[in-house]
Amino acid sequence: MGILNYKFENSNIVIASLDGLLNWARLSSLWQMQFGLACCAIEMMAASASNFDMMRFGVIPRATPRQCDVMIVSGTVTLKMATRIKRLFDQMPEPRYVISMGSCSNCGGPYWEHGYHVLKGVDRVIPVDVYVPGCPPRPEALLEGLIKLQEKVRQESLVKRTA
Amino acid sequence: MKETRTLPTDYVNTPGRTSSGRTLRTDEMIINMGPQHPSTHGVLRLEIVVDGEIVIDVIPHIGYLHRCFEKHAEHMTNYQQVIPYADRMDYLSSMNNDWAYALAVEKLLKLEVPDRVQHIRVIMAELQRIASHLIAVGTYAIDMGAFTPFLWCFRDRERILDLFEMTCGARLLYNYIWVGGVSHDLPPGFAEKAKDFCKDFRKTMQEVTDVLTYNEIFIKRTANVGVLPKDVAINWACSGPMLRGSGVDWDLRRDDPYGVYHKFDWKVQVGRGEVGTVGDCWDRYIVRMNEMEESARLVEQALASLPEGNVQAAIPKRIRPEAGDVYVRSESPRGELGFYVISDGTGSPYRVKGRAPAFVNLSVLPEISRGAMIADLVAIVGSVDIVLGEVDR
Amino acid sequence: MTPQEIHDNLKAKFGTAVADAKLDAIQPWIGIAPGRTLEVCQFLYTEIGFEFDFLSCLSGVDYNDGKLGVVYHLFSMTQKHKIVLKAICTKEQPHVQSVSQVWGTANWHEREAFDMFGIVFDGHPDLRRILCGDDYPGYPLRKDFKVPEFYNGMKVPY
Repeated sequence: MGILNYKFENSNIVIASLDGLLNWARLSSLWQMQFGLACCAIEMMAASASNFDMMRFGVIPRATPRQCDVMIVSGTVTLKMATRIKRLFDQMPEPRYVISMGSCSNCGGPYWEHGYHVLKGVDRVIPVDVYVPGCPPRPEALLEGLIKLQEKVRQESLVKRTA
Repeated sequence: MKETRTLPTDYVNTPGRTSSGRTLRTDEMIINMGPQHPSTHGVLRLEIVVDGEIVIDVIPHIGYLHRCFEKHAEHMTNYQQVIPYADRMDYLSSMNNDWAYALAVEKLLKLEVPDRVQHIRVIMAELQRIASHLIAVGTYAIDMGAFTPFLWCFRDRERILDLFEMTCGARLLYNYIWVGGVSHDLPPGFAEKAKDFCKDFRKTMQEVTDVLTYNEIFIKRTANVGVLPKDVAINWACSGPMLRGSGVDWDLRRDDPYGVYHKFDWKVQVGRGEVGTVGDCWDRYIVRMNEMEESARLVEQALASLPEGNVQAAIPKRIRPEAGDVYVRSESPRGELGFYVISDGTGSPYRVKGRAPAFVNLSVLPEISRGAMIADLVAIVGSVDIVLGEVDR
Repeated sequence: MTPQEIHDNLKAKFGTAVADAKLDAIQPWIGIAPGRTLEVCQFLYTEIGFEFDFLSCLSGVDYNDGKLGVVYHLFSMTQKHKIVLKAICTKEQPHVQSVSQVWGTANWHEREAFDMFGIVFDGHPDLRRILCGDDYPGYPLRKDFKVPEFYNGMKVPY
């Protein structure tokens, strides 16, 4: 439960460090940008639907990048799309995170060898926090990637600036 | 009340008058429905020229998911290796893509596949058609603002994906139908599970019909919107539910036959303009809903008459067709999916061109959306049922 | 109508525009001159008895001997017959007449053939790249295409 473990018995007082409190607040409500590119987007949609339900982790899809915390790049990033992804990433307010979902956005995927229009990995244009492998990854794999991101956010500190 | 919203042919940007008698000119505005948009079903960019809220022109920009399928197909050392790439073209109906490509290569090789393989292919293709239409209907509903049918459709789709996972291990991109056969035989327990699914699926269809199909808001948003006349549809080579929604009785499974569809009892669903004009968005939607029923019937019939046999007996060890070219088309959930394969006598394809139905259906978008409002444009794009992987290949 | 009849009729009407044909292939094809595709296709579209109103597919091909080609797969919804047309041009003079006036669907198909092969369609209303970016160097599906090292600052090869 995180923060609530430190609650005193029969009382409404919780003691936490400011770091911990802020990180807990951030990781419990990582709003994602509704942004699916290709096949992995379908698995991302399936992850938000009833059987796997990403919303119970606090992840709500928002249409505009100005209101979201995490961008799940799901699908192949082409050269034509890469400039737009960079622009969308720039529009996200900090603290912002990127989950690269699927083989295509990790490293180019099955199109690595002869893809003249495929960007071999989205980390060539934006910094990525978590890589979820698979082609396409199962919704459970995406949820695991999300939890890994939550672990990463839990370790953040107000004093040290992350990249 | 049938009101067709078409732009009058003498549409002129007429200036208005203010209360003081001065003329007030309006101007056209260009709005960008960019590659990242919740309702464009993928990375599609629409450049809309509007006068107020009325759309004067729509210019679709595609290519944001161009993944060089044709270049990869040329470099593969084996015809079978192209199948995973064909999967990823239309990722919502991978079984149909695999089958279309396998048909083309089998025609080049003049290869006959065993009966059991034909039945399994029909079962898989029809289950995939149901899964694809479920997404089409679910996302169309969510575009119109109805969230519940989306969840119901995805819940049922998960059951189909369970069936596929039982058979070949993958949920979305299967690499299942190979040239000459299929990769794995049906596992034990598949037939019962599939029959149970078909029974329960009809209950879900009834629920979605009750909630969505004759819902007044849904009808107001989709009837008489985006009317596609018959001759325009044929001239622009539309196919699948887009063509059938306009009243053209044309289905490749019956009219340009492949597989064993002729053995089963099923009907082609055609739009009749029940609540609006023939060829509007509602007609395309109801064609998809009815096609799901027909597909469930086809699956049950194919399971009932499944013969015994070896599903990998006819897979050739080395695929080396003689030099020549062939174009074979099949009915994917979106329309006529064709593969034009040129072989030069070696073991690797010389040229593979995928004729994607969504690419062709999308090209008619400017013709049917002049005079609509921007919200109607969302309804029209949703009713075309595009998959950008296929549009851009 | 059989492919032989179609070929004979076209040859009788257009003479030199009909180049060669292979009527015993798996799918019989008729070659036509690249500069006269519009009139041939107009005839096939309007003439009673032919009525090819459905253009299934229009593909560009690189024949790797200095020639580029455009392959048309036509079908008639009323007469239920099919035919394949091929228009071959050279890489130095990659011009084929556009048929987008006859079938609206040819518009996007021809843009794609231009994008992938560099075949210029004369008479096309809006010939620009459709799949690759507007400033993409080269024509990707040609056999002698070299992948660019950098595109807009991004490294392209793996």
